[in-house]
Amino acid sequence: MPDGLAIDVHGMTKRFDGLTAVNRVDLQVRTGDICGFLGPNGSGKTTFIRMLCGLLRPDGGSGTCLGHDVMTGSEAIKGLVGYMTQRFSFWDDLTIHENLDFVARMYSIGNRRRVVRESIERLGLEGQGNKLAGELSGGWKQRLALAACMIHDPKLLLLDEPTAGVDPKARREFWEEIHRLAEQGLTFLIATHYMDEAERCHRLAFILNGKLLSQGTVAEVIEQAHLTTWSVSGPDLTGLAGKLRVRPGVEQAVAFGNTLHISGDDADALLGAIAPFRAAPYEWRGIDSSLEDVFIHFMGGRAGRQMEGPRMDGPSS
Amino acid sequence: MKFSPSRLWAIVVKEFVQMRRDRLTLGMMAGIPVLQLLLFGYAINANPKHLPTAVLMADNGPQGRTLLYALENSSYFDFVRRVKTEPEGRRLLARGDVQFVVNIPENFTRDFLRGARPAILVEADATDPVATVNALAALNAAVNGALKNDLKGPLAFLSGTAPPVELQIHALYNPEDITAYNIVPGLMGTILTMTMIAITGLAITRERESGTMENLLSMPTRPLEVMIGKIVPYILVGYMQMALILLTARLLFRVPMAGSIALLMAVTFVFIVANLAMGITFSTLATTQRQAMQMSMFFFLPNILLSGFMFPFRGMPVWAQDIGEFLPLTHFLRIIRGILLKGNGFTDVVRELWQIALFAIVAIALSVKSFRRTLD
Repeated sequence: MPDGLAIDVHGMTKRFDGLTAVNRVDLQVRTGDICGFLGPNGSGKTTFIRMLCGLLRPDGGSGTCLGHDVMTGSEAIKGLVGYMTQRFSFWDDLTIHENLDFVARMYSIGNRRRVVRESIERLGLEGQGNKLAGELSGGWKQRLALAACMIHDPKLLLLDEPTAGVDPKARREFWEEIHRLAEQGLTFLIATHYMDEAERCHRLAFILNGKLLSQGTVAEVIEQAHLTTWSVSGPDLTGLAGKLRVRPGVEQAVAFGNTLHISGDDADALLGAIAPFRAAPYEWRGIDSSLEDVFIHFMGGRAGRQMEGPRMDGPSS
Repeated sequence: MKFSPSRLWAIVVKEFVQMRRDRLTLGMMAGIPVLQLLLFGYAINANPKHLPTAVLMADNGPQGRTLLYALENSSYFDFVRRVKTEPEGRRLLARGDVQFVVNIPENFTRDFLRGARPAILVEADATDPVATVNALAALNAAVNGALKNDLKGPLAFLSGTAPPVELQIHALYNPEDITAYNIVPGLMGTILTMTMIAITGLAITRERESGTMENLLSMPTRPLEVMIGKIVPYILVGYMQMALILLTARLLFRVPMAGSIALLMAVTFVFIVANLAMGITFSTLATTQRQAMQMSMFFFLPNILLSGFMFPFRGMPVWAQDIGEFLPLTHFLRIIRGILLKGNGFTDVVRELWQIALFAIVAIALSVKSFRRTLD
């Protein structure tokens, strides 16, 4: 791959029966980047990924994926992209070896036997190739799926919530593997719900109701949210949270251990809202908003109107 | 992207491996034909004999007894009860203890010898017409044959003159009226219809239900490769069922095979493809395996009832026949019975075959179209 953008699409749109699942989304991902794709359930992440890998025909949009036109080059794109579905979607009633061998055949890989053998070795499953995929644990299934997605040496991996239902240790190993592969020049677009995973990405894209709300590095996304957050500690935080939530300017009042995080996107209004409680016994401290605060903030919908900034309607026709 | 035989082969191999691991479906594919054959072949008889019969003998003359012997010899009537009164006979009929009551009236012998043409009353439980029709048809011949010897001397005039025309009946192809000869070839078509439609429907909805279809389609493959890859293994399954049934038909039921088995096998191909295409169309409409199963049942029912498999095709009203003409099974039944029982050749078969072919073409077009649509 030449240096540059692995994904460069504009105005991607998909409608189902009059319902717009993805609405004029622009996305740029640099080659070798790990791009986290955030958004609540049903926000259009999966639909967008399916359009990129040629499973769905976009109703509108333009651009390139790995240098091929997204509207006309889906067959070429399919050969260069690895797509890992949300649910384990390999065949439970085939063995590990049979699954990998089948995928290798489908991608018309030349030295199939060697590639499959090496893939099993990389998985650390030598001698267990004859085990049925359905008998594997969640973590192993996910590793098998990743190995199968990569058997044809793709340049871009589209992973749709790859770590759902995987234990923390397996998740960490999975992400280490992903960073290793990214260093080798592979590009990733990873849909996820987990904030700790999002923070491990080079860049983030946040999508809600089919619209892209924000994209950039973690710091940029937090910055774009214009969110102010205060941390408060003291007695009866639950009662305090209840009182604060109803005040104008307060978007979130969330408990974090012994403290309460109060956020809002209007700093002055927030200051006004907490003013009556600034005295003792409460202790207040201004803190940086976390990615999770921003995530909830976006999901709250208030930002939906404001964030439809110039980035959205920029270069697309 | 061109059609790739090696990708097609990959899908075929995968289907076979999955089929081998799916014990239940495998058992269904072999078990259903055998079970149905045994049940239908051995259990169903449209020409029942030895039916329980009661007799009311108000006259003990020799002619009456000759008559009863004759009836028993026809093998349709077994005299199991003797009753004294007519109401008693009726009660037995009502209770279902007997199928017939034969009533030989008082003074039968006297009236017979006088040439007064006495009446014999046969009452039948005709709730199920199939059960009685053959026995009743045999009555006349048995009665006339039995009394012929007694029509001598003064009674000779009763034997009558020869009828104005001589009626000759040749019951061709199945002269002994053996039900299995009709049912077993019919079962081949019925079983193929059922398994081909249900199993392809299941095979494709299963991929969709478990999410593997999405994975499959994200690979560089053409929809046609997926479709043909799914169909090919089941064509072989169809032929294996066919061979199994033919073998059983030959060995257990001694069904005659007058025509060419090679021709039958060739024709079966068109029939199997027609049903598989229908199964795929159903699978694109169904979202779950359960729905696919229900749809195939919905299609299967008219096939059983209106194709002429169970009931005579010509006995149906015209609208039902019109529906029947649409079903591939109707034409396949005519073909297979024609080849096996009548020894029909290619020219006889073509008249029915083109209609199955037409159905197949329409079903394939429909399945390709709907299969493509599900991708989006």
